[in-house]
Amino acid sequence: MAAADTPLLFRAVSKSFARGSQRVQALDQIDLGLVPGTITALVGPDGAGKTTLLRLAAGLLRPDGGVVTVLGADLGSQGHSLQQEIGYMPQRFGLYEDLTVQENLDLYANLQEIRPEDASTRQQDLLKLTALGPFRTRRAGALSGGMKQKLGLACALLRAPRLLLLDEPTVGVDPIARRELWQIVQGLRDKGVTIFLSTAYFDEAERCDEIILLHQGKLLKKDTPKALSAPLQGRCYLVTDEFRSKRQLREALQARPEVQDARILAEGVRVLCRSGAAAAAEGERWQAVEPAFADAFVDLLSDPQENEAYHAEPPNQTPADGRPASRAETPETVVDVHDLGKFFGSFAAVKGTSFQVQKGQIFGLLGANGAGKTTTFRMLCGLLPASSGSLRVAGVDMRRASSQARARIGYVSQKFSLYGNLSCAQNLAFFSAAYGLRSSRRRQRIDWAQQEFQLHDYANVNVDELPLGIKQRLALACALLHSPPILFLDEPTSGVDPLARREFWQRITGLAEAGVTVLITTHFMEEAEYCDRLILMSLGEVLAQGSPEEIRSQARDAEHPSPSMEDAFIRLIEAHESQIRRAS
Amino acid sequence: MSLQRLRALIHKEFLQILRDPSAIAIAFLMPMFLLFLFGYGVSLDARHVPVAVVVDHPTPQTSAFVGGLQESPYFRPQRYDSIQRAQHALLDRQVSAILWLRGDFSRQVLQGNTASIGVLVNGVDANDARIVEGYLQGVWQNWLQQTAADAGKPLLVPVRVESRIWFNPALRSRDYLVPGLIAVIMTLTGALLTALVVAREWERGSMEALMASPVTMAEILLGKLIPYFLLGMGGMLLSVALAVWLFAVPLVGSFWVLLLCSSLFLLAALGMGLLISSVARNQFVAGQIAIIVTFLPAFILSGFIFDIQSMPAPIQFITHIVAARYFVSILQTIFLAGDVWPIVLWNSLALLLMAMFFLGITLLRSRKRLD
Repeated sequence: MAAADTPLLFRAVSKSFARGSQRVQALDQIDLGLVPGTITALVGPDGAGKTTLLRLAAGLLRPDGGVVTVLGADLGSQGHSLQQEIGYMPQRFGLYEDLTVQENLDLYANLQEIRPEDASTRQQDLLKLTALGPFRTRRAGALSGGMKQKLGLACALLRAPRLLLLDEPTVGVDPIARRELWQIVQGLRDKGVTIFLSTAYFDEAERCDEIILLHQGKLLKKDTPKALSAPLQGRCYLVTDEFRSKRQLREALQARPEVQDARILAEGVRVLCRSGAAAAAEGERWQAVEPAFADAFVDLLSDPQENEAYHAEPPNQTPADGRPASRAETPETVVDVHDLGKFFGSFAAVKGTSFQVQKGQIFGLLGANGAGKTTTFRMLCGLLPASSGSLRVAGVDMRRASSQARARIGYVSQKFSLYGNLSCAQNLAFFSAAYGLRSSRRRQRIDWAQQEFQLHDYANVNVDELPLGIKQRLALACALLHSPPILFLDEPTSGVDPLARREFWQRITGLAEAGVTVLITTHFMEEAEYCDRLILMSLGEVLAQGSPEEIRSQARDAEHPSPSMEDAFIRLIEAHESQIRRAS
Repeated sequence: MSLQRLRALIHKEFLQILRDPSAIAIAFLMPMFLLFLFGYGVSLDARHVPVAVVVDHPTPQTSAFVGGLQESPYFRPQRYDSIQRAQHALLDRQVSAILWLRGDFSRQVLQGNTASIGVLVNGVDANDARIVEGYLQGVWQNWLQQTAADAGKPLLVPVRVESRIWFNPALRSRDYLVPGLIAVIMTLTGALLTALVVAREWERGSMEALMASPVTMAEILLGKLIPYFLLGMGGMLLSVALAVWLFAVPLVGSFWVLLLCSSLFLLAALGMGLLISSVARNQFVAGQIAIIVTFLPAFILSGFIFDIQSMPAPIQFITHIVAARYFVSILQTIFLAGDVWPIVLWNSLALLLMAMFFLGITLLRSRKRLD
């Protein structure tokens, strides 16, 4: 292929940044070329260099070495004129929150020097495409996450770019908005636009024509999703067991040396073997399945040594078989919420929410950004007073005596609330002191935390310099120092890469087996499968609650015999909205 | 340079200013607050100072002396029976000074001997103490003259001071504080607000989106410079109007010269603000830097309150790099003395050089890239 046809071409591109006194190599000798009129996904763990790569492509960074060519021209020398051909949406959409939808569109149209008469027809088209027409006079800051994302996309599309760069466009957005965005992006590809996007979702990567896998600044693979997963043919299985829960089955499978990875799906436990099939134990049903990109990702990225280390450790305090008797027989209600409501002025952030959580359960709150999950959580932890309703946590009425309950709960907030310029060990020491642990007990718990969460290697590293996945481990360790029986986790997996997310869930299920009650919020629908029970929230209301199976079954019909959690979510929201419309 | 892009950027900036309460607060409410504070609240003149008067043996001589004190607008004398009680009052800060006429005061005066007056001043506030001490001496001088005149004798003093005060004959501190304050107020909008709004664009990620569009760095800078120049001049006109009409500060010199000098200073302040924002990309840091390197020096080292001549030499040297210093000197001159060209021109030249320096460095440093 001639270079002139290639929308984006990297030749031996390197980029490093100064961090303190050190230089960090963000990208190392990257060579890549995009095929015109295709969608290419950029996938990799945190800190792999995805954002740096996209910024280089947008001309926002200059490479230390190598050449970036866009549409046949050198970005270094002709960057200015090329930027008219590139549409770029940064991770936070780059909108002006004080400006209305229309004003944002006008601004970017003028910045792109589109003539006013052309701009209005183009804007009409884009407003229709993004279904933002009714919200033209609303300020961007007051839009939902999904609408902001579509507006950001519309601003990047004003000049009908030939190359569209999207940096994690669907993070934190609800499944409906995600689906709509994909329809728009696929429509653009059909019109010949080349699209290059980074994503943390495997199913999104799988929908792309090509996947680029980035790891520690190096390009590991570049191929079609099919070609990437093809070598795993014969190594992927779906395992079911009549007698054990999926969680127990998963732990049992993961502990076997021949199993590389096991994860919970709606239908059962999906297993990736190291080579060929593994012997099925009694009661297990092994069914060969097509390999997917998620399997290839795990296979290519998991560090064999780390995996060994993890297997060497016995899963913590898990009974060999069956659930602890006490749990099954006397369900003890640890969290009891009845008709909970929260108003901020006239805005109802949470409306009439009721649920109960039993001891040792993993209870999930699912929903998009702005659904009311965090507000509910803060009320449960006594950080926000409730406007109405009742809530009891660990037998304490949180509206009366929240401080008593706080000693019995651990809380990990969305941004982890660690001290960035203290080291790992210093953070542990501080939080243990803050929870009132003393002398030998304190030493013992800090040792436990460093052991359990494998933090020894990072003891003297400042938290700011740690990858997100390690920060998440440390935050969890800090919240568990005072051995709380109830653990609240607010979006702990947001922005964390798939491998770290999986490891995190292994820990959480281990804790639950040991009798800790876990309440967790997430906007990753597939994580729902790890929960015992969950509620689906949208705009402050509970749409459904029950076990994952129960919720999925609500969306089952002749057309969708086995709906995923995401399907269920979309159908429940649509049903809910039409109900509201009928009522009004 | 594209006019369409520049117009769009300026329009956007004004919409943001109108909709963001914090920008309005810094641009208009803070200046009003400072003007009212310094116009009404802060006075460097001593007036109605409470003074304890202790007279051991009241006589016609002593009452004449104390009478002089009562007539003075500077003092509010309070009688105390004994020096001990007066000292207590001084310790409790009920009075700022004690005037003690001892038992032998009248006798000494009548005999023509040197009579001594005890004056005790609370020196905790050194500035106040000095003023009170000086005023008390003034009262004493008046009394001496009065006694001499009453006795029909000329007062025998070898040297007589005939003082005349130029430019601010009433010695109202407000008249020189309020003009100087305009420099502080313009620093607020010029440097602090500008540094904050640019840092906000970095924080919210809108700067990244701007840079990915075909806009040039010069357009981005002008798109900030023009709106905040207009806003700063607005703040300046508001301050001048309040100074002249509300606080009755005389504007002796030409309004147009004032306007021209102000725009030079504002350019220098904007240059500092933009330069800070090119270093600090979060609002907290940008705000801290702007306050420490622009606002505080404009307050302390500009000669607005504290006289530069009486500072130690190294500090005096440092004041030369404070743009507000030149502007305060221009402001005080134009308001109180008129268009004194040597002062106005030299200081304006200094402002022009500083504006060119800061804006030039900003333009050189600003690259349309994120690293």
